[in-house]
Amino acid sequence: MSLRVLVGCKRVIDYAVKIRVRPDKMGVVTDGVKHSMNPFDEIAIEEAVRLKEKKIAKEVIAVSCGPTQAQETIRTALAMGADRGIHVEIPAKEMEKLEPLHVSKILAKLAEKEGAELLIVGKQAIDDDSNATAQMTAALLEWPQATFASKIEKTDGTLLVVREVDGGLETIKVKLPAVVSADLRLNEPRYATLPNIMKAKKKKIVKMKPADLGVDTTAHFEVVEVCDPPSREAGIKVEDVDALVSKLKEAGRI
Amino acid sequence: MMIAARCTRLGIPIVKNLTRVSSTSMFKSTDLNQHYIHSSVTCFPKCELTSKRYQIERGQFSTISEEDVNFFTNLLGHHRVINDETELEGYNIDWLGMVRGASSVLLKPKTTEEVSTILAYCNKRKLAVCPQGGNTGLVGGSVPVFDEIIISTALMNKVENVDTWLGVVTCQSGCVLEALDEHVSEYGLMIPLDLGAKGSCHIGGNVSTNAGGLRLLRYGSLHGSVLGVEAVLASGEIVDCLSAMKKDNTGYDLKQLFIGSEGTLGLVTKIAINCPPRPQSVNLAFLGLETFDDVLKTYKDAKKKLGEILSSCEFIDQSSIECVEKNLKLKAPIGAHPFYMLIETSGSNGIHDEEKLNVFLEEALGAGLVTDGTVATEPSRMHHIWSIRERIAEALINDGCTYKYDISLPLPHFYKMVEDMREHLGSNILRCCGYGHIGDGNLHLNITSKEFEKDLLNLIEPTIFEWTAKVNGSISAEHGVGFKKRNYIHYSKSSGAIALMKQLKALMDPNGILNPYKVLPDN
Repeated sequence: MSLRVLVGCKRVIDYAVKIRVRPDKMGVVTDGVKHSMNPFDEIAIEEAVRLKEKKIAKEVIAVSCGPTQAQETIRTALAMGADRGIHVEIPAKEMEKLEPLHVSKILAKLAEKEGAELLIVGKQAIDDDSNATAQMTAALLEWPQATFASKIEKTDGTLLVVREVDGGLETIKVKLPAVVSADLRLNEPRYATLPNIMKAKKKKIVKMKPADLGVDTTAHFEVVEVCDPPSREAGIKVEDVDALVSKLKEAGRI
Repeated sequence: MMIAARCTRLGIPIVKNLTRVSSTSMFKSTDLNQHYIHSSVTCFPKCELTSKRYQIERGQFSTISEEDVNFFTNLLGHHRVINDETELEGYNIDWLGMVRGASSVLLKPKTTEEVSTILAYCNKRKLAVCPQGGNTGLVGGSVPVFDEIIISTALMNKVENVDTWLGVVTCQSGCVLEALDEHVSEYGLMIPLDLGAKGSCHIGGNVSTNAGGLRLLRYGSLHGSVLGVEAVLASGEIVDCLSAMKKDNTGYDLKQLFIGSEGTLGLVTKIAINCPPRPQSVNLAFLGLETFDDVLKTYKDAKKKLGEILSSCEFIDQSSIECVEKNLKLKAPIGAHPFYMLIETSGSNGIHDEEKLNVFLEEALGAGLVTDGTVATEPSRMHHIWSIRERIAEALINDGCTYKYDISLPLPHFYKMVEDMREHLGSNILRCCGYGHIGDGNLHLNITSKEFEKDLLNLIEPTIFEWTAKVNGSISAEHGVGFKKRNYIHYSKSSGAIALMKQLKALMDPNGILNPYKVLPDN
């Protein structure tokens, strides 16, 4: 049985960019800021493409929910080896209010519509750090979930997944169809090669709106404030070891 | 806390910078920067003393006395006069671990006036000094040869002014290049100089050595970008040529004498640099090529088709990439090729730049000049690709001992030199590789062996310089002459020119106390 794999890939602010809080303290500055694919989603795409190269998957579909520029993220996925893309359009203004539950509903609907047997997403996005989409999508679909995967192997009708847990590595077996979330060490994503970047330009991206899938994206919670982390206070110089010891005692460290 | 604990257990560095949530700290750029911090002592803690290895004679200078140390302590205070042997180790040895001096005093002035007082005193006492910035120099110019007093610019790191209209930054000479670039980036400007050692090197050292770097192709040399210099002469006299104007044709352009003279004519204390606007859009292509001829054709094509947005054109050979992959465990974005190129565009309009780059790449692929490659526009990916190029020097050091050459050559001879040296040296070496700024005709030729071998050095020098002179190249493109190449300067400069240099030195530093045994050849 060859699988159809659906992969979620989110457009986030590139991790090498310095984040700035907006003056109104209701979010961060995104205009004119370089974005890229969420690194964990890149790992998810890479895994799906590898499954295809091993003939375990027959088709890889990359999905991104976001503004027009999310298509660049999908193009990256296509250049890495995904077969086609689905862009679920969310106007830039509404993007901040899009919650993991909305995305989960969209992904669940798409998984059903496309007849996918495997959904892979990154374990979390580096912008909101929610770590919820995989779990909620699995619940909505009533599929088993294998989160924080660091190794995936397919046996007949099941996946053998090694998970990174606090205590070490846990190996579980899940029945297909299933939802998998990718952890850092699952693989090392490739760089898209020039010929594949060129080919990706010709691959198809279908555009749709959440309403087309019957998903309502009304916000469930409200952002009260976004602020910078406290800045580090300047250190002090001490004259000698005794002074250091007494200062440490004063601070209650020793 | 839980996340922090998990990260530690998995061996992931927890970065203190909290701008991004800590669970994804492995995706931060802050730890990238640490790679550029060169620790000079790790490689050759027991490197032989320069005076012994190169058998040279100490100049007619005084030896530092307790009275001298007292004078400096009175001037600077205890904390800014370093005479602890262990602490001095890193300042006495160069980054390559090839030359080591035996200085017993390091001074850390904060102001031009302090530098002036120090030099006036040293000149009167005939004490030799060695000005030092980030100590990332590659020709032994930044460390003492004997017991010269080291004057470090480490605490002279104030940015004085940023003129946002003309785009000019005025600062002290000890500003670290990367920190200075970050500072001006707040105003949408950039420092027109970028090099692998940016996390450690000081702008004063960059100016004193006329450093070239990765973007000279676009922004030109420091002889053009530096608008003003304030320097202190050996006598202690302060030469104020610190104009921040783009145009200033009043008399002789004295500041040029301090650019590239490696601290032998004066100690640079302040600098005014022209800062271009920071590009809005940057693209980086990493390409694989089969022959060096293809590299040349691709370079020519890039100039023609990318025009004003071309901001860097670098070349790397297979042996250099192998070294980075093996010694630093970095992975090149594409598979093995005999040659690689990095082509960067910087512009103001992403769509325009991308279109140009795409046409160029499509045609290069179509013509078979380029066989594979990748393109990055995301800062994180570009960082990774650049680090492969910028960390070659570090990777080579891990081989053991690096014999480093930095040569300007006419392009048709460019790679032939690497091939000829490889053949000439045969099996005596670990590696002979080439990379560099092809757009500037600047080859970095590196040879490595497990340990320093005098015989091997004699096999390389002066053959390599003769080869260079034969094709009218320069034996030092951007690294300078320093200590290591001073006696080979005649391969690139006429005797008349060298004589005039000596006259200038005698005029500006009659006692010869400023960075002795450097730049000028022995008599």
